[in-house]
Amino acid sequence: MFSKRKITLICLAISIALFAAGCKKKVPAPPPPPAPVVTPPAPPAPKAPVVGQFTAEPSSIQRGQSATLRWDVSGDVTSVTINQGVGTVPGTGSRQVSPTNSTTYTLSASGPGGSVTASATVSVAAPPPPPPPPPPATPEAPKPTLEQALGAGVQDAFFDYDKSDIRADARDALTRDVNALKAILSDFPSATIMIEGHCDERGSAEYNLGLGDRRASSAKDFLVQLGVPGDRLKTISYGKERPQCTEADEACYQKNRRVHFSPGQ
Amino acid sequence: MKKIVCTIGVAAGTLMVLAARQVDFSGVIRGGERPAIAVPDFRGDGQAQAFMDALNQTLWNDLDGSGILRMVPKTQYPTTVPQQLADFKIPPPAEPAPAPAGGRVRRGQPSAAPPPPQTGGGLWLSDWAIPPAQANYLAIGYTAVQKNDKLPDVPPAFVLRGWLVDLSQSTPANAQALAKTYIESPDEAGARKAAHEFATDILERFGAKSLFGTHIYFVRHTGTLKNPVREIWVMDPDGKNQKQITRFNALSDFPAVSPDGTKIAFTSWVHVNPAIFVFSVDPVRDLRFYNQRGASVTATPSFTPDGKQLVFASSAGSDHCCRIFAANLDGSNLRAISSPNAIDVEPKVNPKTGAEIAFVSGRSGPQQIYRMNMDGADLDRLSDGTGEASNPSWHPEGQILAFAWTRGFMTGAFHIFIMDVAKRDYKQLTNGPGKDENPSWAPDGMHLVFMSTRTGSSQIWSMLADGTELKQLTTQGVNLHPVWGK
Repeated sequence: MFSKRKITLICLAISIALFAAGCKKKVPAPPPPPAPVVTPPAPPAPKAPVVGQFTAEPSSIQRGQSATLRWDVSGDVTSVTINQGVGTVPGTGSRQVSPTNSTTYTLSASGPGGSVTASATVSVAAPPPPPPPPPPATPEAPKPTLEQALGAGVQDAFFDYDKSDIRADARDALTRDVNALKAILSDFPSATIMIEGHCDERGSAEYNLGLGDRRASSAKDFLVQLGVPGDRLKTISYGKERPQCTEADEACYQKNRRVHFSPGQ
Repeated sequence: MKKIVCTIGVAAGTLMVLAARQVDFSGVIRGGERPAIAVPDFRGDGQAQAFMDALNQTLWNDLDGSGILRMVPKTQYPTTVPQQLADFKIPPPAEPAPAPAGGRVRRGQPSAAPPPPQTGGGLWLSDWAIPPAQANYLAIGYTAVQKNDKLPDVPPAFVLRGWLVDLSQSTPANAQALAKTYIESPDEAGARKAAHEFATDILERFGAKSLFGTHIYFVRHTGTLKNPVREIWVMDPDGKNQKQITRFNALSDFPAVSPDGTKIAFTSWVHVNPAIFVFSVDPVRDLRFYNQRGASVTATPSFTPDGKQLVFASSAGSDHCCRIFAANLDGSNLRAISSPNAIDVEPKVNPKTGAEIAFVSGRSGPQQIYRMNMDGADLDRLSDGTGEASNPSWHPEGQILAFAWTRGFMTGAFHIFIMDVAKRDYKQLTNGPGKDENPSWAPDGMHLVFMSTRTGSSQIWSMLADGTELKQLTTQGVNLHPVWGK
């Protein structure tokens, strides 16, 4: 490390040297003469490009057919582009296009003298409808299974908590079910239909065996009164053993308090 | 988990104290001070070491769960643990009393001998009787896998040598309350069995029945929402040794066990409509109960105390479910007991008297517990008509019922209650989140098994009849409807 005294001495020496240099007297040089003014001649103005031709042949097509775009651009051209996905093209040329809908193509040509555009439209008409398919040889649809027939045509009926009597909406549902059940039983002359009684998860599992049984037999009694043959209907209680949902809320509870129809076994 | 159980237990206990009515359940709930027992971890030699966790845990749980002993925490034990009675040392005779006042101790003179030790570090009987352990009894022992030199063809066995030490005695010889050797198979199951047997012998010294050797039957639910499967299973009272009994791949539910523990009866949908099955347990065999043809429901059977008949619910002979019936174990000698007006299910014959039936009925509205004589006479409602009540289970002495009740809770929120049938006094045992259902008394009359959804899924739990000592017995899958048998 430098001692304080040494640093002071060095500073002093530098200051003196600088002072001495600054004091040297200088004679100013004369200013340089101004440069002579020369005006260059103006370059010739470039010519704007000229579009000699931009056409679509034919100008009307049917969907799926194609048309030909032709163009001819002259003059000072740096680039020629056509929109609608055609892109950059040479100054003169042609291109096949097959638009699906009526389309106007715009050609843009640009050069140092400016730019110019031209457009051509291809009108597209929808094709005529295809001829109808020949009618099938056998018009018979595949026969639904008993399970499919029950699933498509017979509705569940729903119950109040700890109740097995048929409430108004269940009465409506079962009344609508009567004709469907009669039709299904005649379509499947050897089948029986099982009426399943189900419960929500709240009462005890053991008690719900009884409740589900009562729901199933209430529904059966109602259907028999409306003319569904009772010897073709069987009942089973699943209590709360086979819920269709397991959420602990009233929406799910209500979904599970029901009778459901399935093929008898 | 343990912490949660503890918290729930404490919370339930506190609430019960707050809500306590002056009810005497002294027959099933032991009051007063329990003897304190210290059970340090036993050590094993060689191969036996691998099974010591199982042994120590089993021994502790059996004694802890008995409800008659107070377990001294292991942190309060002396540092040295004797492994056999012979390890105990007799403390040296007490020093003569200090010199009478006035006698001066000369300064600078070193005392003649160091002061006598105050403890044996665990090797004196008194070390376990004084704070911090303050135990009344001590269980010690050790294990080894041994081969009998005289019988070279016999494979080696797991041997447990155990002692119960009475700490109120002054000499080790007098303190020996029990000394016994247990020989089992050299595997974890053998170690558990040896521990169960030692615990059984200890509990017997205190007049308590061990639950070791009893069985809990239950239902395991699997399958999908559309195709649920329920099978009957059995396990030990500590949840170990779970074995599947039925293999119907269908819905089978609501097991009951015969008084001698050799048969079960249950309800199954395997032949479409719910019907009763009677099985022998070992070997598992269908004993062929005849269900009445055309009955849409035949369900929820239980055995009479002589084991010769079943009582159950059936729609036989009427259009609606269900009346209470009785029949022989093969379905013969069928007779209706209750009238066909309401849903009557879950009949349970008083195991002491054989003269009355507790059952569940919807005859007065929401489901409640009723009783009647074996001929259907003297019908009485036991639950007070509030809420919904289900799952009656008779205490072995026939005076107290455990059951599930929603009293004081929202619909479906069952908790476990016990009721003195003569006085109609009741006491709530469980509380807190989830549903608690299907209580069933253990053969010792002090424990209950039940199902609970408190962890979020339905599992099997056990507890003492005062609601303490809660233990979760199943953890895998969904488990329901336990019943405790021999």
